[in-house]
Amino acid sequence: MAHVHFTSNLRRHVDCPSLEAQGQTVREILNAAFQANPRLETYVLDDQRAVRKHMRILVDGLAIRDLQKQSDAVKPTSEVWVMQALSGG
Amino acid sequence: MARKLTISTRKGLFEVAKSRGIWKITDAHFLGDNVTLALPDHRDGTDYATINHGHFGVKLHRRDKGAKKWVEITTPKYPEKPEGLIDLDGWGKEVKWSTQMIWAMESGGPKEKGVIWCGTMPGGLFRSKDRGDNWELMESLWRHPDRNKWLGGGADIPGIHSICVDPRDSNVVRVAVSCGGMWRTEDGGATWAQSGHGMKFDNGPKSEAESPDGQDPHMMVQCPADPSKFWVQHHASIFKSVNDGVTWTEVKAKPSSFGFGVVVHPKDANTAWFVPGIKDEKRIPVDGALVVTRTRDGGKTFKSLKKGLPQKHAYDVVFRHGLAIDDTGDCLAIGSSTGNVWVSENGGDEWVQVSSTLPQIYAVRWG
Repeated sequence: MAHVHFTSNLRRHVDCPSLEAQGQTVREILNAAFQANPRLETYVLDDQRAVRKHMRILVDGLAIRDLQKQSDAVKPTSEVWVMQALSGG
Repeated sequence: MARKLTISTRKGLFEVAKSRGIWKITDAHFLGDNVTLALPDHRDGTDYATINHGHFGVKLHRRDKGAKKWVEITTPKYPEKPEGLIDLDGWGKEVKWSTQMIWAMESGGPKEKGVIWCGTMPGGLFRSKDRGDNWELMESLWRHPDRNKWLGGGADIPGIHSICVDPRDSNVVRVAVSCGGMWRTEDGGATWAQSGHGMKFDNGPKSEAESPDGQDPHMMVQCPADPSKFWVQHHASIFKSVNDGVTWTEVKAKPSSFGFGVVVHPKDANTAWFVPGIKDEKRIPVDGALVVTRTRDGGKTFKSLKKGLPQKHAYDVVFRHGLAIDDTGDCLAIGSSTGNVWVSENGGDEWVQVSSTLPQIYAVRWG
């Protein structure tokens, strides 16, 4: 199962400790995380379920490319980080 | 007399009260966070505050009467954008169906328990009937074809910043849009019609200067005791309506008719206050002297009120929600872009400074 991590900045607003999640894509991994905490979704995705303008998601150190549908592949050993982008804020 | 003032700032929400004759900051909430607007609901004592997190989006919080803790509640959310829909604003830019700012929050009518309205960027109007637990988009306004004429003015995208629920009939609601004129429903939101006729620009193409859909009202208020009368601080000038906002006429003021905020006396529609600035391209007080202008005769004459306000090298901008009046009409407050707060207890004749060190202020409101 992939390991999913959230930054301390995000954890200041939502209780979202690191977790293990199963899925083939980033969207599936995120859905698993959101099931554990539905409020988390509104902090990471916008109303159309696209990654928020100033948020980024990294899989094994690389930023995902499909910000709209998060279809980027995830391996069972992947490390997924949900982070603030350096821009904005 | 009002005893509590809430101040929404770039770095938190502050409460101010008068104690032993002195106005003081008594409490601070959400320190470090971008609190863009608050609503003390006078009907039941509930407080609402909206935060615009740079990274995490817009959030809404509620504090029950007498409670110390705030609870995050549901934020108004746009429906799924239909696949393939081309939705452009008046500038031709694609409209993003996502709440990017809650720019207006108002209570529903006195008998509408739990009803709250939110105006947002990019232009959606939302209503909750359960104190913000659930929200419905006013689809009839959002899907109105003329909504595509709306455009960003001071902000990049259009938004609703003023909501007036008619005290005579809560089914009659008027909203002002930057830029999109003024819109009115008389059937609780089922249908909407443009009602910004008479507002006009003094610049740009003549063919568009009087088009109601392109007007930029910065703020609109309705007199509670004389509700057929309205005031608008518009981008180009001041406008007033004495016929339920059906038509508008221009009012000129010295030292300037440009500004953002306006308040009206709750019992006297002829009395209104503004915070003027050098128009548009500069947006600072005229000659570096901060004044509040007041008319007591429906806009025929204005008096500049300056006692207690800085008259040299003051570059405070008072944003559209940065001027507030209480329900007696005696207490006013202004909060500025440079973190200054002043209060007047005599209709603006004299002002006392409450703070000069707060973060950038977006909104002040009497609670």
